[in-house]
Amino acid sequence: MTMKTNSGQPAEIGMAGLFAATWRREFLLSFRRKSDLVNPLIFFLMVATLFPLGVSPEPGFLSQLAPGVVWVAALLATLLSMDALFRSDYEDGSLEQLLLSPQPLFVVVLAKVLAHWVMTGLALTLMAPLLGLMLFLPAEGMPGLMLSLLLGTPTLSLVGAIGAALTVGLKKGGVLISLLVLPLYIPVLIFGSSAVQAAVTGLPLGGYLALLGALLALALGLAPLAISAALRISISS
Amino acid sequence: MGIKLSLTVVSQSVYNGAFRHYRPTLHFLKGFGLSEQLLTVKGLFCERDDRVLFSNLNFALHAGEIVQIEGQNGSGKTTLLRILSGLSRHYEGDICWRGEPVDEVREQYCRELLYFGHQAGVKAVLTPEENLRWYAALSPSINAHAIADALWQVGLRGYEDVPCHSLSAGQNRRVSLARLYLSQAPLWILDEPFTAIDKRGVAAKEQLLLQHARRGGSVLLTTHHELGIQGPVRKINLDQLAGTST
Repeated sequence: MTMKTNSGQPAEIGMAGLFAATWRREFLLSFRRKSDLVNPLIFFLMVATLFPLGVSPEPGFLSQLAPGVVWVAALLATLLSMDALFRSDYEDGSLEQLLLSPQPLFVVVLAKVLAHWVMTGLALTLMAPLLGLMLFLPAEGMPGLMLSLLLGTPTLSLVGAIGAALTVGLKKGGVLISLLVLPLYIPVLIFGSSAVQAAVTGLPLGGYLALLGALLALALGLAPLAISAALRISISS
Repeated sequence: MGIKLSLTVVSQSVYNGAFRHYRPTLHFLKGFGLSEQLLTVKGLFCERDDRVLFSNLNFALHAGEIVQIEGQNGSGKTTLLRILSGLSRHYEGDICWRGEPVDEVREQYCRELLYFGHQAGVKAVLTPEENLRWYAALSPSINAHAIADALWQVGLRGYEDVPCHSLSAGQNRRVSLARLYLSQAPLWILDEPFTAIDKRGVAAKEQLLLQHARRGGSVLLTTHHELGIQGPVRKINLDQLAGTST
């Protein structure tokens, strides 16, 4: 054998390097394709704008609904953006190359999902106080709202990515993702909006945040493995 | 003749035994007529939508060999290459890499494989250089330091910073083909690598394949072009071959 793969070539980049490279690529892709970046945020803002028009502009009524509305809007905005996560990689063949890489797939997958979260979930979290104001959420509720979104939205991204990975091979995966993923979103929604309610009424919200944190830890540990397996199945067919 | 045969047998058994993990010193064995079997396929069977694409397909790919898979449209060329690359698991039979089942040495196999699929795997909003940098991060067998050089080799000099969506179809394929100049992987699996490439480009790529084979690598490819390579090219025809071996 005259060729040896390990001879005379640059040192292998480690997991951190791979994570950083993926992260950089995802950001480059998003900033050059701005519509993907802005769509979920506009959706989020639209819900909060239309809600008072459709229901009632009365502050007392809206402030009661605000925790739930902001959380539901954040959840749907995340769900809306999930379908695109692996779609373009699937269509242009990058996903095949990703699966054939000797590097551990879950690192790349985790980097992709976390980059996606920074551009949707984190952006939604930072935007949430504005929506809270529009819906007359009492000022005491704001820290609870932001903390619960900060802990809850990464779980939504991770779980949503499993659905995206399973449906990426299908022509119209969008509806199927919702069906697959919504049941798993419900606990996050319940604990998230309960945390905000608790913050508004002055009750301790540590318990809710702990539960959201536990869900996040579970999703961080298991979702990348599920996503990797789902991608292999989707590409194989 | 008899001496040569027995030497080959001995060297093979030595090779499979003690020196299995110490390959670089085995160069000299090539002189005795031993060329290493890289990929071995035994009894491969695949059916798709209740149609048997191939059954009992047997062949071996040796180091330094170029094998062209032939067949009509729909005869299963792409499916075969996807199975061999490990992308598709819809098959029965054994695929071995350097004598070991490919599923058991998956990571090593991926390290030594370069796969070029139907879709080029080029991101339209990234520049050629950014695309190749990503591949270098994904695969240790791709040399990131030679990217500018490789782009020059595939005729994309001056296009390093142009987003791929403003390049032509052929240029996009060339971006992906630049990986061949960067790769140090011994096994290349190429699915229609010459699609949308002009005549001069094809000739240059054929030279590259030949060079790769001479360095001891091997190539498995499908193409509808008539290959102009003067060298160790073997053809496997899927239309005739269903059920037989080479």
